[in-house]
Parts: sequence; C-alpha cells; structure tokens
Amino acid sequence: MSSGASVYALQRLVEQLKLEAGVERIKVSQAAAELQQYCMQNACKDALLVGVPAGSNPFREPRSCALL
Amino acid sequence: MCDQTFLVNVFGSCDKCFKQRALRPVFKKSQQLSYCSVCAEIMATDGLHENETLATLKSEAESLKGKLEEERAKLHDVELHQVAERVEALGQFVMKTRRTLKGHGNKVLCMDWCKDKRRIVSSSQDGKVIVWDSFTTNKEHAVTMPCTWVMACAYAPSGCAIACGGLDNKCSVYPLTFDKNESMAAKKKSVAMHTNYLSACSFTNSDMQILTASGDGTCALWDVESGQLLQSFHGHGADVLCLDLAPSETGNTFVSGGCDKKSMVWDMRSGQCVQAFETHESDVNSVRYYPSGDAFASGSDDATCRLYDLRADREVAIYSKESIIFGASSVDFSLSGRLLFAGYNDYTINVWDVLKGARVSILFGHENRVSTLRVSPDGTAFCSGSWDHTLRVWA
Repeated sequence: MSSGASVYALQRLVEQLKLEAGVERIKVSQAAAELQQYCMQNACKDALLVGVPAGSNPFREPRSCALL
Repeated sequence: MCDQTFLVNVFGSCDKCFKQRALRPVFKKSQQLSYCSVCAEIMATDGLHENETLATLKSEAESLKGKLEEERAKLHDVELHQVAERVEALGQFVMKTRRTLKGHGNKVLCMDWCKDKRRIVSSSQDGKVIVWDSFTTNKEHAVTMPCTWVMACAYAPSGCAIACGGLDNKCSVYPLTFDKNESMAAKKKSVAMHTNYLSACSFTNSDMQILTASGDGTCALWDVESGQLLQSFHGHGADVLCLDLAPSETGNTFVSGGCDKKSMVWDMRSGQCVQAFETHESDVNSVRYYPSGDAFASGSDDATCRLYDLRADREVAIYSKESIIFGASSVDFSLSGRLLFAGYNDYTINVWDVLKGARVSILFGHENRVSTLRVSPDGTAFCSGSWDHTLRVWA
C-alpha cells in the first residue's frame, strides 16, 4: 500500500482481508489428488491428449484438392 | 496504454453532497451508495473506533496479511507434482498447424470460438472484427469498429451475435446476419461503458448478460438489452487485463487478472472478491479456469504460468523454465485439464503437463508474438492469434 493510502481504502482492505481469512481451506494433498482424478477420468475424451482415430477430427481430415 | 484513471467508473452526483464528482461505491449497512472521494473519506474517518488511526489500520492490515499467509502455509503439505509422480508421463506430441486464417491487416489481439466448434471470431489492431469458418478458412462476416486496438471479442452462446471493444472504452454487441442487404454495423448495440480501454469481455451463460474487464481497474456485469450496469467489481489496484467465467456447473463466480500482479475471484451476485492471489512478479495477462472449476491458471509477463487451487486457496504449481524469458500472453487448458497451452511473446506456444509441471512440447509457426489462444469447445483443436496478422488452428 502506498503511503498516500486513505483511511477509507485501508478500512476496505482490512474488511476484505478478514473476509479472505475466513475462507474454508483444504490440504494441498487433497486438492491435488482431486485435480489428478479429474484429469484421469476425462483423459479418454481429450482429443488433444490422446488423439482421435484418423478421420474423426475435422481439422485433420484430408481436404480435397482440385487439380486444375 | 496504462492510463491511470482506475478505481472510478462512474461520474455523477454524489449521494451525500450532491456535487458532480468522480464516484466510487461505498457500503452503508450493506446498501451500495455512490460517494465522491471526499465524502467517502469523511465517512471512513467518522467510522473509526477510538484508538484507531491510519497507522493502526495499516498495522492491522499487515498482520491480517501475515495471518492469511500462515493459514495457507499450514495446509501446504505437498507439491502437486509430487502427488502426480505415479502418473504416467506423456509421450511425444505431434501437433501441427492445420489451418491458417489470413485476412487481418494488423496484429490479431483476441479471438473466441463459437459453441458450434467451428466458427471463430477474431479482432485486430486495425479495428476489424472477422468471423471465420475454421474448417474452410472462409470469412463469413466482417465489421469495422470505429476505433483501433479492438482488444476484446467474444462469441454469444447462441452463435447469433458477437461482442467486441477496445480503445473506444465500450463493449458493443453485433447481431450476426446473413442477409446481404443488412449491414452489421447498423444493428450495433453499445452495452458497456468504462472510463478506460476494454481489455476483455465474455457473455455469461446466455446472450443476455456480458461481463467486461477494463483498463479503469474494474470489471462489470451488464444487461445486453438495456445496457444497464447490473454489478461492478472493484478491488484491482491497476488495469484489469483478463477474465474467465467459472464453468457453469460450479456457479456464479469469475476470475480476473491485472497489472497489479493479482488474480482475484469474484462472486457475481454480491460483487465481492472472495479470494485473491498475488504470487506473480508482473502483470497477469491471462486467466483460465481448470475444466472442473476447482482451480485456475494464469499467464504473466514474468514468463511463468501458475496454477492456483481454489479449495486449497493457494498456488499449487509454477510452469517455468530458465530458458523462457518472455511473457506468457494467453493460456488455456485441454478438455481433461491435463495439458496447459500457453502463448508467449517469443512467438512460441509451450505445452505443459499440468500435473507434473514439465513442458511436453514447443510449437513454432507464428512470426510474431502470440497474443491470444483458445481451445475449441469440444477440445479437438486450439486456435492461436498473433501479432503476425494471422490465426492458426492446431490439432
């Protein structure tokens, strides 16, 4: 905070910090495990991760070229 | 670009002294009023308890910050990559440019996918906003904005409209019409008004509401039909550069990042900031929610991307390498959240393994800074836009 902070701004900051301090938190180990679980559960649907059979990705389809 | 008219987004009559001043929101008994800075300061000073002074408030703020860090550190029992040690490493990735969209006359600044997974809207420094069919690379619509540097654009969920804005300080909605006799510009609707440039915009779950972020330091939620301001979000200490809405299953929150190095999570209904994170060492250019909604990633000018878990309330991973020294401008997750794609100012796109923290691929192709990057709605491809005037679709 700059030294020119007003009383109003500081009061708001203190209120905000009290609000944030009250947030319920879980351990990183649990949070990380759940992030990992989500990845694993959805990996098979992730085309960029596992690739899809040739032909079913519209961007990888061979486009027809006209020979002039 | 960082004109400091932040913390104010309304100019009008003060609710207390009725003078025409720059106004800020104040909360009195949970009612939101608009006071000028003089009346706000008087109210604050009147509200001081005995023995409270500027100095005691400052030290209270410092000790609260310290306590917050302590609480967060208590739960930091392990690193994400340690938890992910037993996960199989990813193999080699073959991702190539499958389509190149050429047509912009200057730097591409922003892009968004349509829900139909095929159409893309992009905006550029030259004031043009173009809607493309990414399968065929044809341009379907084009509109010229009355300003340059169109830094934000978004596709409506219905696919029937687009929103864009930039140096005009506004967000405008254009309905998309295939009628050759109708000009898109004629149906333009000005929705949002900020006091500085528009840096990001996004429709919420419907075509009826738009969320905006601005160089004036605020975010705001607007009703498209009436142009009315529904909620404003104050808290950033400098320009807000990016925002992302939580995936619909997880409710009414969004995350924003700004030049104050902070990422802040907001409750859309109350306007309150519910969580804030300040671990980056420079501007936060891009924020994106993890697909489950429990975490979000951010990309910054400090050349790192970071992952923050919302339930652990802390940063849980940093994606960086000594060899990467240019800022990350834009980030997005693959469908499962395992991959993080990040576009950098050194013209490359790095692909990170979110769980293990390692880089799995670098993609070359753009000839200038990558400014914007989004994965398609079904995750089959992603699109990047660059200062080299082109967009590339990779798969």
